[in-house]
Amino acid sequence: MSNPAHAQIKKTNSEHDVVLYMKGTPVFPQCGFSSTVVQILDYVGAPYHSVNVLEDMDVRQGIKEVNNWPTIPQLIVKGEFIGGCDILREMFESGELKSFLENKGVALTAA
Amino acid sequence: MGIIATTIKAKLTSRFNPTQLEVIDESHQHAHHAGAKAHIDAGGAAESHFHVVISAEEFTGLSRLSAHRAVMDTLSEELAGPVHALRLTVKR
Repeated sequence: MSNPAHAQIKKTNSEHDVVLYMKGTPVFPQCGFSSTVVQILDYVGAPYHSVNVLEDMDVRQGIKEVNNWPTIPQLIVKGEFIGGCDILREMFESGELKSFLENKGVALTAA
Repeated sequence: MGIIATTIKAKLTSRFNPTQLEVIDESHQHAHHAGAKAHIDAGGAAESHFHVVISAEEFTGLSRLSAHRAVMDTLSEELAGPVHALRLTVKR
């Protein structure tokens, strides 16, 4: 692991059950796709740690490399890359997301 | 259809032989937000936001992530360059 941004990403992912790499913050998302994922996670009551990639260009590039995924947002659950906005939206709309998170051992708060 | 939409359509057609394929240019919906403006100011194409709806036999049995990844990989050059955002609906 020679790339420090990759190491930082791995460390962050290991410290939190759910990590959302996004543009902006949950309170002030700076991209419609990031905003959608924030709303979905809030709706299902999933606690998450967010990383604003606009504040760190190395992380912004690094997360694309680590997960081999070209776009932001990206959601990590228990260290595993789950997907971006479209995948999260599909999982939410089909009703899978809640049980998926629960099966992963993520404690959801009542909405 | 613009040149980038045409390219996207051609690449997906030859790669997946899709039973359904729609490439919708949604750039006009984003013309005023900061990302789109910066993109155009930096010399990027006016075609920047797309919605792709695709269905193909190959996606049957793939996980959602794998199916999305297959499409993303096919468009990696576009995503690394002119395309700022891709909304993807994969019908499996």
